[in-house]
Amino acid sequence: MKPFTYERARTPAQAAAAVARTPGAKFLAGGTNLLDLMKLEIEAPGHLVDVQDLKLDRIEKTREGGIRIGALVTNTALASDDRVRRDYGVLTRAIVAGASGQLRNKATTAGNLLQRTRCPYFYDPNQACNKRKPGSGCAAIGGYSRQLGVIGTSDACIATYPGDMAVALRALDATVETVNSAGAERRIPIADFHRLWGDTPHIETALAPGELITAVTLPKPLGGTHLYHKVRDRASYAFALVSVAAVVQKDGSGRLAIGGIAPKPWRVEAAEAAMPQGAQAVAGRLLAGARPTRDNAFKVPLVERTIAAVMAEAKAA
Amino acid sequence: MKFDTPAGTNPIDRLTVVGKPTDRIDGPKKTTGTAPYAYERHDVAANPAYGYVLGAGIAKGRIASMDLAAARAAPGVLAIVTHENAGKLGKGDMNTARLLGGPAIDHYHQAIAIVVADTFEQARHAAGLIRVDYARAKGRFDLDEQLRAAPLKGDSSGEGSAAPPIERVGDFDRAFAAAPVTLDQRYTTPDHSHAMMEPHATIAAWEGDKLTVWTSNQMIAWAVGDLAKTLLIPKENIRVDSPFVGGGFGGKLFLRADVVMAALAAREAKRAVKVALQRPLIANNTTHRPATAQRIRLGCAKDGTITAIAHESGSGDLPGGGPETATSQTKLLYAGANRLTAMRLAVLDLPEGNAMRAPGEAPGMMALEMAIDEMAEKLGMDPVAFRVKNDTQVDPAKPERRFSQRRLVECLERGAREFGWDRRSATPARVRDGQWLVGLGVAAAFRNNINMKSAARVRVSGGRVTVETDMTDIGTGSYTIIAQTAAEMLGVPLSAVDVRLGDSTFPVSSGSGGQWGANSATAGVYAACAKLREAVAAKLGFNSADVTFADGQVSAGGRQVPLAQAGDLSAEDAMEYGDLAKKEQQSTFGAHFVEARVHALTGEIRVERMLAVCAAGRILNPKSARSQVIGAMTMGVGAALMEELAVDKRFGFFVNHDLASYEVPVHADIPYQQVIFLDEVDPTTSPMKAKGVGELGICGVGAAVANAIYNATGVRVRDYPITLEKHLEKLPATAMA
Repeated sequence: MKPFTYERARTPAQAAAAVARTPGAKFLAGGTNLLDLMKLEIEAPGHLVDVQDLKLDRIEKTREGGIRIGALVTNTALASDDRVRRDYGVLTRAIVAGASGQLRNKATTAGNLLQRTRCPYFYDPNQACNKRKPGSGCAAIGGYSRQLGVIGTSDACIATYPGDMAVALRALDATVETVNSAGAERRIPIADFHRLWGDTPHIETALAPGELITAVTLPKPLGGTHLYHKVRDRASYAFALVSVAAVVQKDGSGRLAIGGIAPKPWRVEAAEAAMPQGAQAVAGRLLAGARPTRDNAFKVPLVERTIAAVMAEAKAA
Repeated sequence: MKFDTPAGTNPIDRLTVVGKPTDRIDGPKKTTGTAPYAYERHDVAANPAYGYVLGAGIAKGRIASMDLAAARAAPGVLAIVTHENAGKLGKGDMNTARLLGGPAIDHYHQAIAIVVADTFEQARHAAGLIRVDYARAKGRFDLDEQLRAAPLKGDSSGEGSAAPPIERVGDFDRAFAAAPVTLDQRYTTPDHSHAMMEPHATIAAWEGDKLTVWTSNQMIAWAVGDLAKTLLIPKENIRVDSPFVGGGFGGKLFLRADVVMAALAAREAKRAVKVALQRPLIANNTTHRPATAQRIRLGCAKDGTITAIAHESGSGDLPGGGPETATSQTKLLYAGANRLTAMRLAVLDLPEGNAMRAPGEAPGMMALEMAIDEMAEKLGMDPVAFRVKNDTQVDPAKPERRFSQRRLVECLERGAREFGWDRRSATPARVRDGQWLVGLGVAAAFRNNINMKSAARVRVSGGRVTVETDMTDIGTGSYTIIAQTAAEMLGVPLSAVDVRLGDSTFPVSSGSGGQWGANSATAGVYAACAKLREAVAAKLGFNSADVTFADGQVSAGGRQVPLAQAGDLSAEDAMEYGDLAKKEQQSTFGAHFVEARVHALTGEIRVERMLAVCAAGRILNPKSARSQVIGAMTMGVGAALMEELAVDKRFGFFVNHDLASYEVPVHADIPYQQVIFLDEVDPTTSPMKAKGVGELGICGVGAAVANAIYNATGVRVRDYPITLEKHLEKLPATAMA
């Protein structure tokens, strides 16, 4: 691990300024992903700005009838919040499907949005990885790619965004609120927050250097049945092969976001119009243009089948 | 003491302490964190420095150059050892690849340097500053490709499973050709990682030319011998100490790089050095269970009698390595007049293959017991009935040679009753529960028993008993069963016995491997206790041979004297074995039953219920034995459903080399497990009348899971692990929403 310096910020703007003025600086919140990556020298920040004192750990009502989730609200606190459980069940279900109790106690809302891919070649510094070392190539292409992406990937990178929480946030049309070093605030729709890899897979989000997430807001509740089906090789503590976050209304209309297949939670609003026609019609539209590898071609039918399972469950609910 | 005639009645048969379900005597230490593992031995060496191991970044080739300048100049760095300054090294008998690589590289993540610094973080940082230029060479990484021209090769796992290159009994080809019902299928099992919780770890310290290593190892005497051969020093100058081991599974049978690198580093730094192999190194740096490609052919008469049985297995290893002995059990498990077993060994430049829990039988039974299930279906027979019909009480190749004990049929029939086997639908894919398909599966369990010479020293002082032996407790319960044995033999309560293990200054034991530890190590303690009883009796003035040790008293002929009056006496002895195991086949048997569910749409697989019925000689401690078996069953679920070291055939390494990507079962995967031990004593194994049981638990369980999945879905997957994509698109048609 590369030596680094450390400071604790007291206000969001101060934190953003500290990161902006220090080359190679990073924010540190729960640290459940960043510290692991630092130990492996995959991340090597020269300076850490600890944001845990920023008092961004509250969940509040918004004037629009939704909720505003502070960036430092832990996964555990968010998943167990009464309003979230009642009005945004898909979010609770997605969070508790991820990681372990211990990790969820430390992991924060903002940090979870920023967790990095679990591609095994990204994790092995002996292997070429454009995300870890821009321009070095991608050893995953042509390699062991069972867990990796089938859509939205590029010739430079076929990794996925691995998280669960963000998949539910995408179905809920969340908005990410930020502040930059100049104190300017910005609202980024969740759909635009994670980027497709393109030629620059090391740039993973819409955040500018030093821009700090302060909150995630959810619009007013949608009603309907909230489901999260995470398909994985073991029953717990594993990343999704495919996951489906769903909010389904009584008339069969609804929203679907897919995890485990792309650089971002994958949602195609136009595909949702096909929900009354069944999973096949939805999946066909969702995955148009998919480019699976030999190892992960099964994810294409698995998406359709998991959507079918979720829709059947919603109907039975 | 020589054990060469079947045991008669002896003090163990009283079963006042032995045979009782007893809590581990080391349990409170384990649960309070006061049983220190190797890396936590803070008291043994003053001011240790920290070592960080650098693994090779290529699988095959040479180090063209190494630039250590930046690393040497980094803060806190005390020493760096590479092949350039390590001095001349030998190689241990048990190691295939060298534990310090360079300039030639034999496999990915082979250790090529250790950096020693004042702190762990400094050592890790400096290791990252070493620049290595490699000249890559072409390697052989594809097992299927290399097996095409691989030669026949016989071998012994050294752990009970063994097979010659090729063995024929009767005329297989003719019988197979003539059989009215036949099966000819290919099955594959992948490379597996031991994935133990405690990484390989060592603290090494030199005093002059004497070396002490506090480490984590299953076989203390092997470690001493191979370390001496590697460092080219007399083994008398080496002490190995390993009182607690946080999981081994065969991965710590042998000397590994943590020990050698710590010893070299401590010599170079002139200071004690502690090393834990970093988790991402372990899969490729250490050993693994090799992948297999197996072909099984069965020929049966219409009544279900097996007339022809052939099992061929191919695996690969580094040059000089050995095959996975996956055909071994097929020589003994079922009757059949015409038989063929054969093994092929390909050369691979992947990391070293070696023993992992039940080497040979574990992957061999995954294939064989699936084939048996398939054949039963072809015959229209219940798979339990088909197995029962083909039971044999003798070695099929040598009918004059009987099994010492064989209760396979009883295991199957008892298990079928207890599990509700009669509720199984003979036709697959008929049972549904909502979106889930439900199936039941069965498999036989089989694992050979072996007895190893084992010594111990027992001391009685003031009525307290101390046992010393270099036996290890790798989470199995050795401390407890040894204490039970000594307590029974000397007539004292368990609480009056202290057991000290894992130190090479103690008498040499069997060590822990091949499920031989429980019977062998306690038999060694029995021998030492028997000798001590004689010394005590003599000192207390008993002439009779019929002296009773009970309740802290020594008595004979109406006279009773407290044991404490014997003062301070000690005795040392070993149990050695004659040829009883040659005269009769000693094996352990069982039956595994599994209920599995498969999601009709997503193909997800979940195990709901498991039962193992075991017949494995006297069960010395039903509580720790049950823990062994349920652990093994869990490992079998891993092998069936998720465990696979994924090979990158371009670059020659196991890609998923951490515990996030090499998945093993978690609690949520294992809802309900039951274990039944049949009453059995086997007087041919030792005065303990026990056999191994830990590895029996993993043998066959993977196939039972696979057979349950097939029963649920009607889709047969013959390539382990059975991950959902292998049956997803063949699942029975289900109305999609």
